Amino acid sequence: MPNFFTDNEDIQFLFNHMNLKHLAGVCEEGFKFHGEHDFAPENAEDAVDNYRRILETLGELCAEVIAPSSTDTDRTGNVLNEDGTVTYAPGIKNALDRLSQAQLMGFTLPYRYGGLNCPQLVYTMSNDIVSRADASLMNIYGLQGIAETINAFADDRIKADYLPPMAQGKWTGAMVLTEPDAGSDLQSVKVRAYQDEGGNWYVQGVKRFITNGCGEVLLVLARTEPEIADGRGLSLLLVERGPKVKVRRLEEKLGIHGSPTCELFFDDAPAKLIGERQRGLITYVMSLMNGARIGIASQSLGIAEAAFRLARNYAHSRRQFGGPIEELPAVRELLVNMRTDIQAARALTYFATYCVDIEIGVVRKLESGATLDPTAAKQLKNDSRKYKRFNSMLTPMSKYWASEMCMRVSNDSVAVLGGSGYMKDYAAERHLRDARITTIYEGTSQLQVLAAVRGVMAGTALTVLDELLTRDWPPEIAPVAEQVREGQKLLARAMEFIKAQNSTEYMDLCGRRLVDMAINLIVAALFCDHATASPAKKALLHRWLSVRLPEARMNYETITSGNRLVLEEFAALAGPVPALD
Amino acid sequence: MGYDCVVCAKQVPDTKNITGQAMKDDGTVNRAALPAVFNPEDLHALETALDIRDRFGGTVTVITMGLPKACQVLRDALYRGADRAILITDRRAAGSDTLATSYILSTAIRKLAPDIVLCGRQAIDGDTAQTGPQIAEKLDFTLISYLEELQALEDQTIRVKRNVGNGWEVVEARLPVLLTVMNTANTPRPSGAKRIMRFKKAKAPAEVAGEVAAQMPQAGKPEQAAETKNRCDALAAKGLLIDQWDLSTIEADLAWCGLAGSPTKVHRIQAIVLAGGQYRQFQPTDESVGELVGELIRDHTIG
Ligand SMILES: Cc1cc2nc3c(=O)[nH]c(=O)nc-3n(C[C@H](O)[C@H](O)[C@@H](O)COP(=O)(O)OP(=O)(O)OC[C@H]3O[C@@H](n4cnc5c(N)ncnc54)[C@H](O)[C@@H]3O)c2cc1C
Ligand SMILES: Cc1cc2nc3c(=O)[nH]c(=O)nc-3n(C[C@H](O)[C@H](O)[C@H](O)COP(=O)(O)OP(=O)(O)OC[C@H]3O[C@@H](n4cnc5c(N)ncnc54)[C@H](O)[C@@H]3O)c2cc1C
Repeated sequence: MPNFFTDNEDIQFLFNHMNLKHLAGVCEEGFKFHGEHDFAPENAEDAVDNYRRILETLGELCAEVIAPSSTDTDRTGNVLNEDGTVTYAPGIKNALDRLSQAQLMGFTLPYRYGGLNCPQLVYTMSNDIVSRADASLMNIYGLQGIAETINAFADDRIKADYLPPMAQGKWTGAMVLTEPDAGSDLQSVKVRAYQDEGGNWYVQGVKRFITNGCGEVLLVLARTEPEIADGRGLSLLLVERGPKVKVRRLEEKLGIHGSPTCELFFDDAPAKLIGERQRGLITYVMSLMNGARIGIASQSLGIAEAAFRLARNYAHSRRQFGGPIEELPAVRELLVNMRTDIQAARALTYFATYCVDIEIGVVRKLESGATLDPTAAKQLKNDSRKYKRFNSMLTPMSKYWASEMCMRVSNDSVAVLGGSGYMKDYAAERHLRDARITTIYEGTSQLQVLAAVRGVMAGTALTVLDELLTRDWPPEIAPVAEQVREGQKLLARAMEFIKAQNSTEYMDLCGRRLVDMAINLIVAALFCDHATASPAKKALLHRWLSVRLPEARMNYETITSGNRLVLEEFAALAGPVPALD
Repeated sequence: MGYDCVVCAKQVPDTKNITGQAMKDDGTVNRAALPAVFNPEDLHALETALDIRDRFGGTVTVITMGLPKACQVLRDALYRGADRAILITDRRAAGSDTLATSYILSTAIRKLAPDIVLCGRQAIDGDTAQTGPQIAEKLDFTLISYLEELQALEDQTIRVKRNVGNGWEVVEARLPVLLTVMNTANTPRPSGAKRIMRFKKAKAPAEVAGEVAAQMPQAGKPEQAAETKNRCDALAAKGLLIDQWDLSTIEADLAWCGLAGSPTKVHRIQAIVLAGGQYRQFQPTDESVGELVGELIRDHTIG
């Protein structure tokens, strides 16, 4: 039986290689739920066996039911009905029904609300698998972060009311942030929330570009403090779908046609406050977005995986000049680059997610109120700080690199298919259209770089590299790890150069190059580790270094040139603003 | 209200995913090379039963006759939502043909006194499609074969659309009935994650005994039996013990079971290799297609 989990060697490798047992211990809090819930695991082996079985079920569903309807979903799209309701494409509706039957809509929620209490890493794997089957489905399936946010920050009443139907898949959610004048800059959100004399909250205003805005549970970022103009005046509110929420429009888009992108009008819609006032953007949305960014990174992996497989298969069977095109060096390099970069992005994204799971576990322990001996408490606090720093850099790095990779790979997939790649007869053109969104939503690549570069400049990338590289390497890996160490020194020198310029503008100008350098090295370090466990990964490591170390040196040279022409000669280089007809 | 359904499920070699040599040199099936799976159409029978329960209430019990390893299909049925699973296993049932198999299954079903029995249309190994109809005959239940759609179920009356090959028939019958279900009837639901996490530990006593024997090879028989009983009791306490029946439990007449109850004698098995022979190409024009259809009608392939 076809199965998108078991047939994916790379996911299989990481599933076996990464320390899922450790994460199981973290999530299951000492396996205390066994006995309370008849399905909760007894120990780490039991839990990991569950993860495997869950992903196998999902993998089968994706291969047998979801992928076959993805072309139809792309062509059909969703419909906005006269009464303001939205009808999903049949393939999406069927897929969501099946995912609910498979009890997969509460992946990371606690057992008590009907969830599976899985680590984020396993959820990330599931998003990777779902997106390969249908990228647009992932936009709805992958909105489980809405429920996670409610679980993390809302009061018990709201949790008890909303989480069980969400875990059952009866209700889906939406993340309602963007407005016409507030895109990348969410601090300027204008939609207003206010209270009546009875203390009841209402939301008023227009939001646009909202994925699944037709869902039942809307988390809305709105201004509750009209006198505070920036992010500190914003709170997060839960609005239930109802007569006071109107879907005014469905966007017509380049790709992800199965995902409804809505313009919403809140007509004094009744709302409930999540957590505390004023923490909407700075705490809750930041947390929600971090999860969502990992989600988009994994969506990128799935799309790229589908695009690569198609190209690999086509290159094998298509014959030109008397042989299959896969024998031509240029085609070979395309294919090798595609697969190498998918593995790189997956290594980075899964590693980032692993660190997120550790951080969640540490914070949960700290907040549990359990009495700890002073050394243990200190250790936990240090870990909490350390992983928070890691994650605030690794998350935007993963989103940035995986989504850019996804665009390259889906573009190269069309290249391998030649003219056929441009035609609707093959899925390559759909993958390319679907891929294009990944670098935009949940923060554009430029914004991810902006966030990541601050982490790199604060020394976090160097620390991550130290952690990954400091160990006894087997003799065949040791010299390679040494090369990565050399690269690390280059990164440190580039950082010093930027610091010496004493200019945020210059730092942002170099942002992408510096972040690329850091990612090249972090992935190299992860590949060193993977190479200790698999011969195939050894070849991958060598290929990666042969391409990415020279690239890092090139970036080093550009950064340390101090060249500011883009800023200083903008008018000359970008030319005058043309009139558009 | 509600309807009690019994689904007959068979574990079969997976002929779709053949690994290695599917046939031994002597022409018999090499079961080792074929992974065992849920007989595909039985999954559709199970889905029909679960759908009946979801819409009208009642219960779904799945039974299988086979070796203890057939519990795999029972667990699979539990993952998908069955309420109860029963393994019918007995050395004395070995070598049963369709007559004996349907006798044994009908005897077991009689104990369960269901309103509706559901079978797959056909098993992909034995391929006779006789078991369901023979069970109906023995139970004196109305048989409705080739179910493609369950159109209505009201009180004691069922209405079914059956696919008769060159068309459909809608029939109505009074319960109890036996339905054989086609693979076009529905899409089987996936396993539920939480049900997998729970029921992956469900076992039948025969499986537990096998496990104990493997883990405590030096122990004597009474010691192993005691350990088996302990483990079974523990499973039962958690609702994870799969019921296991043998021919005595169902009070079967041994003369009708196993080899003794199987008049079928396999005379000869012949391997037939279909080799590509002559072929003709037809152009995608009306004329050419008309010619093809005419020819097919003349040689009675269609029409
Ligand atoms: C190659 C081969 C040839 C055979 N030829 C003959 C033959 O010519 N005549 C003969 O009488 N027998 C024959 N048998 C034996 C026969 O297959 C089995 O003995 C019988 O148990 C089931 O018949 P079936 O596989 O044809 O099932 P079918 O009658 O095709 O199965 C229909 C449905 O009955 C139910 N069912 C069948 N078996 C079981 C079970 N063990 N437990 C629960 N539900 C069940 C399932 O719902 C299944 O979908 C043959 C077996 C093999 C492997
Ligand atoms: C299909 C789709 C689905 C969406 N779903 C949702 C959703 O569910 N919920 C939701 O709230 N929003 C959603 N969005 C909105 C999305 O998050 C925004 O479109 C995105 O954040 C960019 O905002 P913008 O479109 O206003 O672009 P702008 O902010 O106008 O950006 C334009 C360009 O300027 C660059 N830029 C802006 N600021 C900076 C900076 N400081 N430094 C460097 N470069 C900068 C950007 O990178 C970009 O290249 C969705 C969008 C789309 C297209």
